[in-house]
Amino acid sequence: MVEYDRVETDVLIIGMGGAGLRAAIEIIGRGLRVALVSKSLLGKAHTVMAEGGIAASVANVDSKDNWQVHFSDTVAEGVYIGDYRMAEILAKEAPERVYELERYGALFDRTPEGKIMQRAFGGHTYRRLCHVGDKTGLEMIRTLEDKILHTGNSRLLDETVITKLLKRDGRMCGAVGFSLRSGRFITFEYKAVIIATGGLGRIYKVTSNSHETTGDGIAMAFEAGAELRDMEMVQFHPTGMVYPPGVKGLLVTEGVRGEGGMLFNTKGERFMLRYSPEKKDLDARDVVARAIYHEIQNGNGTEHGGVYLDITHKGAAFIRKKLPGMYDQFKEFAGVDITKEKMEVAPTVHYFMGGIKVNPETAGANVDGLFAVGEAASGLHGANRLGGNSLADLLVFGMRAGISAAKYAAATNAIKPDSAEVEAEISRVNSFISGSATPAANPYEIIDSLRDVMSEKVGIIRNERDLGEALRVIGELKQKSKGVSVKGPVRFNQGLLGCIEMEKMLTVAECVVRSALYRKESRGAHTRSDFPKKLKEWKINIICTRSGGSVDLSTEPVPEMPEELSSLIKPEVYE
Amino acid sequence: MNATNADSNDAKAHAPAKSEGKGKRNTRKFKVYREDPSDGKGGEYQEFNVEVEIGMVVLDAITYISQRVDPTLAVRWNCKAARCGSCAAEINGVPKLMCKTRVDTIEGTITVGPMRAFPLVKDLVTDVSSNYETEKLMPEFTPKEGMAVPWKMSEMDVTRSQEFRKCIECFLCQDVCHVIRDHNTNYVGPRHVVKAASLDMHPLDTLDRSKLLTEDDGLGYCNVTKCCQEVCPEHIRITDNAIIPEKERAADNFYDPLVRLFRKVSRSGGARGNNNGNSNGKR
Repeated sequence: MVEYDRVETDVLIIGMGGAGLRAAIEIIGRGLRVALVSKSLLGKAHTVMAEGGIAASVANVDSKDNWQVHFSDTVAEGVYIGDYRMAEILAKEAPERVYELERYGALFDRTPEGKIMQRAFGGHTYRRLCHVGDKTGLEMIRTLEDKILHTGNSRLLDETVITKLLKRDGRMCGAVGFSLRSGRFITFEYKAVIIATGGLGRIYKVTSNSHETTGDGIAMAFEAGAELRDMEMVQFHPTGMVYPPGVKGLLVTEGVRGEGGMLFNTKGERFMLRYSPEKKDLDARDVVARAIYHEIQNGNGTEHGGVYLDITHKGAAFIRKKLPGMYDQFKEFAGVDITKEKMEVAPTVHYFMGGIKVNPETAGANVDGLFAVGEAASGLHGANRLGGNSLADLLVFGMRAGISAAKYAAATNAIKPDSAEVEAEISRVNSFISGSATPAANPYEIIDSLRDVMSEKVGIIRNERDLGEALRVIGELKQKSKGVSVKGPVRFNQGLLGCIEMEKMLTVAECVVRSALYRKESRGAHTRSDFPKKLKEWKINIICTRSGGSVDLSTEPVPEMPEELSSLIKPEVYE
Repeated sequence: MNATNADSNDAKAHAPAKSEGKGKRNTRKFKVYREDPSDGKGGEYQEFNVEVEIGMVVLDAITYISQRVDPTLAVRWNCKAARCGSCAAEINGVPKLMCKTRVDTIEGTITVGPMRAFPLVKDLVTDVSSNYETEKLMPEFTPKEGMAVPWKMSEMDVTRSQEFRKCIECFLCQDVCHVIRDHNTNYVGPRHVVKAASLDMHPLDTLDRSKLLTEDDGLGYCNVTKCCQEVCPEHIRITDNAIIPEKERAADNFYDPLVRLFRKVSRSGGARGNNNGNSNGKR
């Protein structure tokens, strides 16, 4: 008999970032029980890293802005393979969600008239990002955290790792995990589950993401039968730090360019004028990232492999007010004073447009009782994401997922997960801990090998040979991963956490590579040197499903927009 | 980077694949606190030699040990960018974020221990959950009712509160506070005064938490030594801008006999005094 704790709830939310917390508010408000889990402490999720702002057409700065333009910008940035209905919902509902956050207590920067201030960002027609300096994500998560802490009806289980989702009769009903702090196993029994676990940036070596973003929720939903969509679409943010090595990849907010920063190569040339004469430094992220990549490839990069980003002309007072985080970050990590010196930057893995396929209205996946929101979900951003749309996504679809999951749970009777399955999963996790003093393989060796091959072979510019090589390496690593084991107790065991994260990362990385091999064109964030053109026949979404031990790939047509929406956007152009 | 457990020279560690940058490498000695309170054996510092490169921070060495040398070393961390506040520790006795402390700023052996003001979970990890319990008791943002939407606030007014909202809840200020460390009082600690100040100085908040801080939360025990302000990784002027103003506000609004008299006569009491009764009502 295996010993474990039991948590019974109406809705289980995995992930305590902006999306998970916003969803919880709706469930609590409907009088249902909710349990939230996260690997990190409450308030530490990757949302704290969001810098630039929340995209919402409140039109405080540019009065011509409205939801129609925000919608059109979002669809164009997604290169026409996004779910139009999600883009429509986002554009229409983001303003109200921002004002709601303000009513919860968030304090945004202000315009001279006292309204919420908005800044320019790449790909947005108007100045649209409501912001708090360069720490918008921190303000969002703290405000939502406060709200949750002051409502009594939730169970917060932070520092808890979920290892498997359980189904019965085709419906989601349970989950198995363990508490890092107590080392005890926990079984969750619920009517609905919301995956709000964020992305999978840490499958790459150079990324702006927190270390817990290992794709756990996406991998577990996939194993439970959820369809994944657009997994090949990986956003490289144009500007990450390059030096010193310990902070390589750390984000340099697009807000720097939004506030007037300019990119230069080592010849002193403002090269974006050449790549994008109209939008210049603030073109779409994929365009700027590729431009920087080419400059570095062509020998116009710095000795640390970057280009220069310069905002010194705006003056010290302005920079320290609008970009305090950047000022500190460069001062303390690199010894660079950005009010006087140029920054060195290069592209860094930042966001996954792909994820769990959801219904745009309900945030529900194809499995009963399974919901997904935020970066773990897909569809809103298509082939590329506009800066600021992710924080808007957390609020808009976080709320919607909360409402839908609550409605579903209220209308559903509870079913108990199979105790044999629970015990089998606990034994499986326990089996990673061996008594042997010399484990066969260390999970972090496998994780590092995966990160190396993803960064080298599945980068900004891809081709069939590299992707094939990546797939081969992932296959080898999957074999090798069967031999991993670690010493010690369950409690705060970095090695055991590594074993769990390793298997999730291998699962999602394989989906990324297989989808990237499948899409034989270049579109948005996905660039193939062997198929450099965008092609009409690829205006489709690629779907991954689990079939036995392998990944099944299929395609789906992009949902057709009604006339009143298609008239708002520029028609797609093919060469 | 390369590390060996100093106790057993044959504990092999693998260097990460490639070196990046052209930083000089050298080996540094780390003494890391180890204790599992559940086994009752007490704690000790364990030595590790770690090969370091330029720009490396203490957290790089600690995660290297916990991932490649001894995975049972308990450590809490997440963003590694000084944004989440998870990796608070005492480095050579000084409360600091491990991710923000460059190895090359410290000479000699680098000693890393857990925060002492909180109960130990294991090794470098402490139980900081009491902070969330304290936060639950702090009266939440309470705006005026019936204001026209969307709200208007001036930039100058929001800036004051925004300083406190930079707090990343690392709890280093709680750790360094000698009132919390050495004296058994009811003082809630600097983090929670900062929280109260962030709400009290919100231009549209109607409560006044200074009375609560003074009467229930032991703010009077703080003798403004400014230690908290010195360790804050976000450079929040905790003592100058949060603690002292809250102390003064309590003194002015609730303990100044002239103000009391004035309020009795005028029945208006000043904008922030109006709802002081409510702030206690929620506790």
